[in-house]
Amino acid sequence: MSDTPPYSPGDYRAPVAVVQPGYGFRTMTDKLVSIVLTPTTPTSWFVVLAIAFTLLIGLVVSLCYLLLKGIGIWGNNVPVGWAFDIINFVWWIGIGHAGTLISAILLLFKQDWRTSINRFAEAMTIFAVICAALFPVIHAGRPWLVIYWLFPYPNTMALWPNFRSPLIWDVFAVSTYFTVSLLFWTVGLIPDLATFRDKTKHPVLRKFFGVLAMGWRGSARHWARYEKAYLLLAGLSTPLVLSVHTVVSFDFAVSVLPGWHATIFPPYFVAGAIYAGFAMVLTLAIPIRAMFKVPDFITLRHIENMAKITLVTGLIVVYGYLCEAFFGWYSANEYERFMLKNRVYYGPYAWSYWLLLVCNFIVPQVLWSKRLRRNIPVVFIVCMFVNVGMWLERFVIIVTSLHRDFVPSSWDMYYPTVWDFMTLAGTIGLFLTLMFLFVRLLPLIAIFEMKLLLPESQVTQPGGRGSH
Amino acid sequence: MARATRTAPPFYGLMAEFGSAQALLDAATKVAEAGYTRTDAYSPFPIHGLAEALGFKERSVAPLVLAGGIAGALAGYGLCYWTSVIAWPMNIGGRPFHSWVSFIPPTFEVTILFAAFSAVFGMFALNGLPQPYHPVFNVERFSRASQDAFFLAIEAEDPMFDAAATRRFLLSLQAKEVVQVEH
Repeated sequence: MSDTPPYSPGDYRAPVAVVQPGYGFRTMTDKLVSIVLTPTTPTSWFVVLAIAFTLLIGLVVSLCYLLLKGIGIWGNNVPVGWAFDIINFVWWIGIGHAGTLISAILLLFKQDWRTSINRFAEAMTIFAVICAALFPVIHAGRPWLVIYWLFPYPNTMALWPNFRSPLIWDVFAVSTYFTVSLLFWTVGLIPDLATFRDKTKHPVLRKFFGVLAMGWRGSARHWARYEKAYLLLAGLSTPLVLSVHTVVSFDFAVSVLPGWHATIFPPYFVAGAIYAGFAMVLTLAIPIRAMFKVPDFITLRHIENMAKITLVTGLIVVYGYLCEAFFGWYSANEYERFMLKNRVYYGPYAWSYWLLLVCNFIVPQVLWSKRLRRNIPVVFIVCMFVNVGMWLERFVIIVTSLHRDFVPSSWDMYYPTVWDFMTLAGTIGLFLTLMFLFVRLLPLIAIFEMKLLLPESQVTQPGGRGSH
Repeated sequence: MARATRTAPPFYGLMAEFGSAQALLDAATKVAEAGYTRTDAYSPFPIHGLAEALGFKERSVAPLVLAGGIAGALAGYGLCYWTSVIAWPMNIGGRPFHSWVSFIPPTFEVTILFAAFSAVFGMFALNGLPQPYHPVFNVERFSRASQDAFFLAIEAEDPMFDAAATRRFLLSLQAKEVVQVEH
C-alpha cells in the first residue's frame, strides 16, 4: 500500500496508508485500549452527550404525550395518512445500511480499509435500526393493542398477520436485520473484550469484561471456527442488507399510488440507503477521529474512500430520480403525469424537491475533486447536506404523492406539528446518546482485526504457501 | 517416554511462549509432526493455517449453517402457509390463499435469521463458550495472549507427554520460555 513514487513529500495526491506506520502489536493494543480504559474523558464527549441526552429527554416527553393523547398530536391526517413516522423510519433504516455494507460486503471483497471503521459502523447500524423500529411501533398509537398484526403469535382472537402485505414483510425484514446485525457486532466484539479483560487493572471491570468475553482465550481451534462463522455471517448479511431496503421500498412500490408505484424503487432505495449510511458514518467518524485522537487508524484514506462511495451511490440515487420522472412521463397516465408536475414545479411542495436536488445531487459533486475529498471540513459539510437531502427525499416521495391523490375534493396540505419535530429530534438524541456511550465504553475500533493489518501478523505456511 | 502412571496428572501441561506469529506456526507444525495430539495454540488474532498445523480438521460450522438455513426456509414458508391456508384462510383482494409469491420475502428473512443463529450459537457451542474457567489462565503471562504474545500448550494428558522431555523439546523450538500450567 506504499507505492511511493512519483509523488513528492507533501503532495496531496500521494496515497495514504490504512494504518500509519510505526505501530507494533503492543503499541497498537495500548493505544486502542487506552481510549476506553482511562479515567479521562474528552470534554467534547460530555458536550455531545449533554446535547444528545437533552434531545432524548424530548423524545421521552413526546412519547408520553403521544401515548396519553393518541396520534392526533401529529400533523398527519387524510389524505396524508403517513408522514413523519414513515419518513423517519425509512431515513433511519437507510442509515443503518452502511454499517452492514462496511462490515459484510467490504469484508467479502477483502477491502483492508474497512477494518478500523467497521466496529462503530456496525454499532451505528444497530442504533439506527433501534430508532427506525420505534416509529412503526409508536405510529400505532397504542402499540400493545395492535401487536397481533405485526408479529405472528398465537393470540386469543386466533388471528394471524396478513402475509400478502408488504408491511408484514417489513416487520420480518427489520427484525431479522436487527438481530443479525446485533449477532455480527457481538461476535466481533468478543476477542476485543478479552483484551480489555486482560488489560484492565480494576477488579470490577475485570469481572465485567470477563463475563462479556465469555472466557475467550484465543485458542487456534476457536479462531478457526470463529473465522468461518464470521465469514458465513458476512455472506448471510450481504443479501440480507440488500433485501431490507428492497422490502421497505415494497411498502410503496406494491401500492397503486402514482409516485410510489414504480419498479425502480428497490434498487433506488438500496442505493439511497447506502448513500445516506456512508454520509452518516462520515458524520460520526470525523468528530470521533478528532475526539479520541485516532487519525493514525482512521486515516485520510478512509475518509476519501467513503467520500468516493458517497459520490457513486449519490449518482445512482440521481439516476433513480431520472427514472421516476421518465416513468411518470412515459406511462402516458394522466395521474402519473400530474403527480410529476405537481411534485416538480407547480405543487405547493415543489420547494422540497428542488432542495432535495441541491442536497443530494448538486452539493455532493464537489467530491469529484481529490483535494476536496481530503479536506475534512468540506467532507463533513457535504455529508450534512446528504443527511438532510436523504430525509427530504422520503418527505418528497411520501408527502407529495399523498397530498393530491386521484380525487381533487380530497386534496389537502400536510403540516407537521411541534410533536413531529420533537420526536424526530428525539430519535437523533437517542441515536447519538447510544453511539457516544458505545465509543466510551466498548472498543470502537476492532483491535484484533487491526493487528491483521500489521505485516508481522502475516505468516508463511510450512509448505511454503503464503497466508492468503 | 512412557509414563508409569497415566491417571490424573498433577498439572494441566506445559506452555511455551513464542516471539512471533511465524515462530508459533513453525513450532505448532513441529509439535504435530513429533506426534503430540493434545495441544493448543493461543494468539491475539487468527493465524492462517495454525489450527490445521495442529491437526484440526473439523468442518462443522458450514454444515450447521446450511442446516439452520434449510430449517429457517421451511419454518418461514410453513408459517405463511399454515396461517394463510390452514389456520384462518381469508380472502384478501381475491388473491389465492396460497399466495406463494407473497410468502417469499418472509421465508427469505427467516432463512437468514436461522442460518445466522446457527452460525453464532453453533460456533459458541463447538468452542465450548462461555467457559468460566480454564487452566491456561493460571499462567501469569497468559494475559498477553489477547494482546501481543503467542503461546503453545501441550497437555499432560497427551500420551507422548513427559515433563522433562517435552520441556526440552519445546525449548528446542526456540520458545522464549516454557512454564508449567497448574490446574
